[in-house]
Amino acid sequence: MNNPPNGSAAPPGTVGAPTMPSVPAQVRPPHAQGPEPAAPARSTAWAEGVDRVRAAATTEPGRLRIIGAVLALLVVAFGAVTAWQMSDRSAAADDVLHSSQPLSADAADIYRSLADANTAASSGFLAGGQEPAETRDRYEKDIRTAAAKLVTAAANSDPDSPSTAAISKLNKLLPQYKGLIERARANNRQGFPLGGAYLRYANETMQEQMLPAAEDLYKKENERLRSDYDSATPYPWAAIGLGVVALGGLTWAQRRNYRRTNRVLNHGLVAATAASTVVLLWLVVGHSVARAGLDESYDHGVRSLNVLHDARIASLKARGNENLTLVSRGAETVEVKGVAKDAFDVDYQNQMKTLATKLGDAAKLADDSTGKRPVQAANDNMRVWRDRHKDARGQDDAGNYQGALDKVIGSAQDKPTRECFDNVDKELQSALTHEQAEFKQAATDGRGAMTGLPVGAAVLAVLGAAGAVLGIGRRLSEYR
Amino acid sequence: MSARRMRISLRGWGGVAAMAVACALTAVLALLLPLTRGAGGDGSTGVGGPGLATGVQARADNCTDPERSLKPSGDESGAAVKAIKKRGYLIVGVDQNSYHWGYRDPNKKSSELEGFDIDLAHEIAQKILGDRDLIRFRAIPTNQRIPAIQHGNVDMVVRTMTISCERLKDVAFSTAYFQTGQQVLAPKTSSITGYDKSLAGKRICTAAGSTAFDRLDADRKAGTLAAGADISTTVPNQLDCLVRLQLGEVDAVVTDSALAAGQAAQDPTVELKGTPFTKEFYGVAMKRGTDDLVRRVNQVLEDFRKDGGWQDSYDAWLKDGLGAASGPPAPKYK
Repeated sequence: MNNPPNGSAAPPGTVGAPTMPSVPAQVRPPHAQGPEPAAPARSTAWAEGVDRVRAAATTEPGRLRIIGAVLALLVVAFGAVTAWQMSDRSAAADDVLHSSQPLSADAADIYRSLADANTAASSGFLAGGQEPAETRDRYEKDIRTAAAKLVTAAANSDPDSPSTAAISKLNKLLPQYKGLIERARANNRQGFPLGGAYLRYANETMQEQMLPAAEDLYKKENERLRSDYDSATPYPWAAIGLGVVALGGLTWAQRRNYRRTNRVLNHGLVAATAASTVVLLWLVVGHSVARAGLDESYDHGVRSLNVLHDARIASLKARGNENLTLVSRGAETVEVKGVAKDAFDVDYQNQMKTLATKLGDAAKLADDSTGKRPVQAANDNMRVWRDRHKDARGQDDAGNYQGALDKVIGSAQDKPTRECFDNVDKELQSALTHEQAEFKQAATDGRGAMTGLPVGAAVLAVLGAAGAVLGIGRRLSEYR
Repeated sequence: MSARRMRISLRGWGGVAAMAVACALTAVLALLLPLTRGAGGDGSTGVGGPGLATGVQARADNCTDPERSLKPSGDESGAAVKAIKKRGYLIVGVDQNSYHWGYRDPNKKSSELEGFDIDLAHEIAQKILGDRDLIRFRAIPTNQRIPAIQHGNVDMVVRTMTISCERLKDVAFSTAYFQTGQQVLAPKTSSITGYDKSLAGKRICTAAGSTAFDRLDADRKAGTLAAGADISTTVPNQLDCLVRLQLGEVDAVVTDSALAAGQAAQDPTVELKGTPFTKEFYGVAMKRGTDDLVRRVNQVLEDFRKDGGWQDSYDAWLKDGLGAASGPPAPKYK
């Protein structure tokens, strides 16, 4: 308020700008003077600041100071928002690659291992009192895998999350299940039918409690993966918008500078513009590439993986039910349209339907021949499996239990369904390995496109802001 | 010729018997109808409804000797027997979880079922078809025995099935081939002493659709079951009860003593408690109306008892668990 608003309006050393429209600014002082006597004493610090700025805006150095400050602020804000938004996205992409996808794969592994263990247990049981070493090893390995992956999953889950509830349920049930299987084995070895009763109880525990919990965990981990994708892929509109505004401001300032001084280049402002342009281009291109990579990793990796996991689990359940049809020999039935049918055979049919659907989906999703081949092979094997299963059921229905048994777990010359199941499982495993590699490649590429962007944006923005301040300072110095 | 004549004469006797039954029913109805009306039925909805219901009720109440079956006959010209002979094999519903009755020994190379019931099924195939192996076994759960017969999924059920008045409404039975009774099975260390007050507050396991469950349920409704006894645990097969017992999920099992002995044979830490609290007979169950088959099976049973086959099978499977037998139960005929 002490500054007399008029008087210093005409810059002494102004060379160019003969027709500057800014001259009318001189007319403004009377306006500014208007309210001055009205509020002489009762002014706040804010009002005082506003007044001071308003006063400064009337002089060219004052204006330049304001322009410099605004430009520096815009560039810094652009850099900061870019760094913030991109480090968020980069972290989410990193989570996709290193945390949520591996956890989702782990959850699928837990699910698969449990279903596989149950299948192996029933196969071993069908073979008689002394289960084959191969089946026992498979069972033990499945249990170990499930236990180990449960620990990883637990370490990566929040204490109150639904995943934790599913994990602790599985942790509680796994030893129970194992206990039931060991009892089944011990009784089976002694030739007691009690072994079969234990096996059915173990199977019930697995089918009705453990597999649903494992499926739940798998779904939750997939949701987490999906949400990480959702945080990694949206365009950083705030950063892009600020970048455009900052560049616009810089351009305007340079144009104004040129009009006033006829100097084409102000080094500082040019540097600031260059830095901001680099950041904006980096941001847009980098993010687009990252987004494309991540989208591809989802469409061609995660979706395929999910479908393949589902198919594999369906094939495992179908196999387990096929075995149990022979273990229980009709001891459990369900009503289907008023007719009592073997509970396990009905379930087998349902799982085979799921398997066929999922294999169809997987074939559609597979985008290259390396991915298509195993899915096709699995599909072929599934067809043979279905045919052989029909034979096995035919044998059993005709009272030839041994024949049915041979058709299911027999040696190669019996053409058992065991071979088909093993082949389906093997092919699905190789398809999964392929899709997992595809996912990893695409996601790594995507995440790689964002590497260094937050830090680079921050550094360049600081440099750009410094350039803007220096450039304006250079002009200001001409007034001293 | 003689067979045909016999059939004609049988048919004659059948007609006489049917008339006698009809007369008896009419008499009972006539006696009971006024009673039910007097008891509170207003009868305004029509006479047929309540009358019919009472009739069925009266007949069930009249059933005092359910194990009486049709007279045996070696005749094989009836429709049901002919159908089996034409098919060339017998379809028998059995159990595969009853130790020494019907089960598969996992340590034997062959996967064949074996046990006392299985021996009897083979004997029936031998006699009707001339080859003990012309037979197809279907393992059926306890609560599917009657539907399996009614739907014609099996020709007969040889599966430790108790003959009862209730079941006679749905299926036909042969003469009794084994006598048993419901008994309590519990750990040797348990304080349970039998089917008595010591079951108070205990959890009891039975097979769904079994005689044991029906009896416990009836006793619970009548208020004669030990106070606080929990009978909510039912399983598909009596052997599943032993699983629950070993896991501590129940405190006692109620099942036929013959089956309970099979359970005790698989676990030396449990034992039969007290004495059987019912007297029951196992019979071969067949579809209602297949009288020719029932008579034929009764003939097989007659021969089985006489030629020592029954005793041999008992000694092979059941003697160790149940002690020496005093021979098969004597057949009773209508």
